[in-house]
Amino acid sequence: MKELFIRFVVGGTVVSFFAVLGDVLKPKSFAGLLGAAPSVALATLSLTVLKDGKAYAQTEARSMIVGAIAFFIYSLCVSRLLVRHNLPTLAVTASSILIWMAAAFGLWYAALR
Amino acid sequence: MKISLNLSALGKTKWYEYALRFTFGGAITVAAGLIANKWGPGVGGLFLAFPAIFPSSATLVEKHEKQKKQQHGLDGTIRGREAAGLDAAGAAIGSIGLVALAVAVWRLMPLLSTWLVIICATLAWLMTSVVIWHLRKTRCGLRGRRKRHRIENR
Repeated sequence: MKELFIRFVVGGTVVSFFAVLGDVLKPKSFAGLLGAAPSVALATLSLTVLKDGKAYAQTEARSMIVGAIAFFIYSLCVSRLLVRHNLPTLAVTASSILIWMAAAFGLWYAALR
Repeated sequence: MKISLNLSALGKTKWYEYALRFTFGGAITVAAGLIANKWGPGVGGLFLAFPAIFPSSATLVEKHEKQKKQQHGLDGTIRGREAAGLDAAGAAIGSIGLVALAVAVWRLMPLLSTWLVIICATLAWLMTSVVIWHLRKTRCGLRGRRKRHRIENR
């Protein structure tokens, strides 16, 4: 329980830090880089190594490559839908999570399983 | 295009929006750990690159841009969505940096101390993202100038 609480606080703090940085940076496309900031990875990496060891963290990082490729596909789809088709932002960003899921699990199944 | 800081943007974000991001960030970090415990690091690792707070961040970008336009008597819906789209285009570039970070952690973890791996991986993310963003900007700028030149000489 204590470990989960530490994860929550560290994760929340790192994510908030990058989000605030994204708010104050201009231009918008540059601030957008922080939309894919490695917040969760940085927050958990040292905790993972401490608890489960380096080999475990290495396996997580290898899968993260696939997750990041899925993030790339997700954000390209979101960008296209918002700019070209002018659809509501929350609906597009939330429903496109399914694209991330399909890409991440599909690629993981094909390449790493 | 110059990169600058706009500190007045901090005032536009409400306290509950900060709280929402903190909660989402904390929740996904906990979830990633729980998923790794249940299904192993192979599946858990995928969620280290989960777009957890992206929907709320993009919605905030849209909202702030819309409010800005409404202050000038305009609707701002289209502009807000375009701004969120630009934010997503930036995130696409950032995700290439995320791949660089993951590769750095994967390859360097057995060789260096954890702190050194974190520093090197963060630099890999930052440099990859910024370089690709800059290359894209200069290429688009060049394309835009050529287009303008063609139109002017028509």
